[in-house]
Amino acid sequence: MRVPPTRRPALLIGVGAMMAGALLAGCGGNPAGSADKPSNQPVTLTVNLFGDFGYQELYEKYKVTHPNVTVKENVSDYGAHHKNLQAHLVAGSGTADIEAIEVGQIAGFRPQAAKFVDYLTKGVNKDTWSEATWKNATSPDGKALFGLGTDQGGLALCYRADLLKAAGMPSDRDGVSGLFTDWNSYIEVGKQFLAKTPDKSVKWFDAGSNLYNAIVGQSPKNAYDENGKVIVDSNPAVKQAWDTTVTAIKAGESAGLGAFSPQWNTGFQKGQFATITCPSWMMAYIKSNAPETSGKWDIARIPGTGGGNWGGSYLTVPTQGKHQAEAVELAKWLTAPEQQTWLFKEKGNFPSARSLWDQPDVAGFKNPFFSDAPAGKIFSESVKSLKPQVLGPHAGDIGNAIGNALQSVEQGKAAPDEAWSKALADVKNIG
Amino acid sequence: MAVVTERRRAPARHASEPGRRNRRHHWDVKGSPYLYIAPFFLIFGVFGLFPLLYTGWVSLTGWRADLPGSEDTFVGLDNYRTLWADPFFWNAVKNTIGIGLISTVPQLFLALGIAHLLNYRLRGRTFFRMGVLLPNVTSVAAVTIIFVQLFGRDYGMINWFLGLFGVDHIDWQAGTLSSWIAISVIVTWRWTGYNALMYLAGMQAIPFELYESAAIDGASRWKQFWTITVPMLRPTILFTVIVSTIGALQLFGEPLLFNVSQTPTTGGSQHQFQTLALYTYDQFWQKFKYGYGAAISWAMFGIILVFVVTNLILARRMRGVDAS
Repeated sequence: MRVPPTRRPALLIGVGAMMAGALLAGCGGNPAGSADKPSNQPVTLTVNLFGDFGYQELYEKYKVTHPNVTVKENVSDYGAHHKNLQAHLVAGSGTADIEAIEVGQIAGFRPQAAKFVDYLTKGVNKDTWSEATWKNATSPDGKALFGLGTDQGGLALCYRADLLKAAGMPSDRDGVSGLFTDWNSYIEVGKQFLAKTPDKSVKWFDAGSNLYNAIVGQSPKNAYDENGKVIVDSNPAVKQAWDTTVTAIKAGESAGLGAFSPQWNTGFQKGQFATITCPSWMMAYIKSNAPETSGKWDIARIPGTGGGNWGGSYLTVPTQGKHQAEAVELAKWLTAPEQQTWLFKEKGNFPSARSLWDQPDVAGFKNPFFSDAPAGKIFSESVKSLKPQVLGPHAGDIGNAIGNALQSVEQGKAAPDEAWSKALADVKNIG
Repeated sequence: MAVVTERRRAPARHASEPGRRNRRHHWDVKGSPYLYIAPFFLIFGVFGLFPLLYTGWVSLTGWRADLPGSEDTFVGLDNYRTLWADPFFWNAVKNTIGIGLISTVPQLFLALGIAHLLNYRLRGRTFFRMGVLLPNVTSVAAVTIIFVQLFGRDYGMINWFLGLFGVDHIDWQAGTLSSWIAISVIVTWRWTGYNALMYLAGMQAIPFELYESAAIDGASRWKQFWTITVPMLRPTILFTVIVSTIGALQLFGEPLLFNVSQTPTTGGSQHQFQTLALYTYDQFWQKFKYGYGAAISWAMFGIILVFVVTNLILARRMRGVDAS
């Protein structure tokens, strides 16, 4: 689950907040933990999320079997959420009973695994998830599991069938999937599209950073190696993904809409681009953002090796919480197969529980918004061919730094080489 | 000021009427002023001075969130040495001063002009005087979000308007100068009215007789403005310059919200409008380098001090020239 920052008034407090944060960080102390068994006493659990996880209706369902539990959900934007969690862990108080962590951030919390409940002691079987998923949420020594996988990215290519058709190109999903074998052919087809499309304001894809994420997501290694070393400047796969993206930008294929910005949102509504690299949660995003484009979209196989992950989240229970037993029970329930299936069909978040990938309910699901594309089949195939990548604590920040550099190329403000060296300087400054 | 004069005057009155004064009253006159100002200093101590000093301590440590146990590792001035060689820091200094100049200088001239106009006998004078303050009482978030819409690349009103004159669409966030100008427009919009009211208050304290006699001597309105209004306003101008300088050096909300992307604290794709406050915030709360972020805060504090002291010295020298 990756949801764009739309409003962030919280950041305005600024330096004052920063200083206050430092002040808070000074004091601390852990409140006592709670009993192991969930009680039947009335209890209010707080759940801190970033963006909409689609849980609201599930809380109502939970209340039927657990009438004593009231859930209070707080949603903030992606950046503020993880920042606050980090600050509250350092301060020793202020976290919610359940806190979500995104996959791009989870590695940054691993050194503090001891500040979360170990689910392995609470009857959770880590093999519910693929190794690629559970391994990210283990303590550095691998003995504790502090996060339950919610959803998973998986990658496909969402495209506007009507725009391809208008350009006189194949627009059915098999035809489109057949157009690209690798990323170079994707760029070649993009050139043809630009030449043939009657509306010259329509570009081939939305943003260089999104294309880059998909390409590099398919490589065996991304920004980190097994020893936790940042290898952005030495990993050929990173430079290759960069070069491929730059080639596409130079061919004029990018609409240059900064990912998750308001302009990008408008881009969906106005049809400013024909294709977008599409993790499963992007389906929900497109649907809620441009509802009037229903039936115009379709889903094809992602170019390249087919696999690749982008996004996905974990639910954690900080040990500073007062109702840990109840919180663990709720977190387990929210990530249980039935709820994951429901979320996929209703909201579009693909389940991370691997037993579900072959279930007819999931694998046979067709998405009506996307011209009844077999979303279940496409995304199960994608997650099955997924090769786990090593994540590092600053994976998210590094990806963003490279995304920004690509944007400066799109904006025509930097030559590719100059932008690349700036990206490397940025990455160095993060570590 | 009032407090000081009061204290000075009090003993004199004592001397003239010794019999009716008791000890309690004496204590009241001496002690009360301190009591009145105590709440400010108490709150300042807790929320201002302590964080300031604590940040100073943190800036001498190698504390960062991704290194457990690094909380109290004393590293001396290492952070400041890194800072000295950090191109991102100097870039932020450059951006802050650049945006500061573009946003402050035209703004103060504009405010002076508006104040001059508001000082005339106008129909609905109070309405206009209150009106200019309106942008200032609107929240920075609301103002910036609306300006971001206006400055939109593809569907923004400003680009549409410029398009009428054949100007190509400008990607305001992308360029260095374009982003500086856009942010300065937001700052100017918010603060011009405030400064205009300051000037207006100063203007109303100027004795009317000065203008009268100048008019009798045949001085034009324009001449009166430059030879009477501006010199008499000097203390007010000095005040607004110092306050605006501090404000400009601390610029944070506008560039943060102007950057509509996943990385609001980077100040654009190439850090082209990352101000000092943004960079501190970025290092402290985005990258969680607490020690380093704190060092940038303190460097910022130092830079502001330098600017303010320079301002004061220049002002004093100007006054000296006047006297001679």
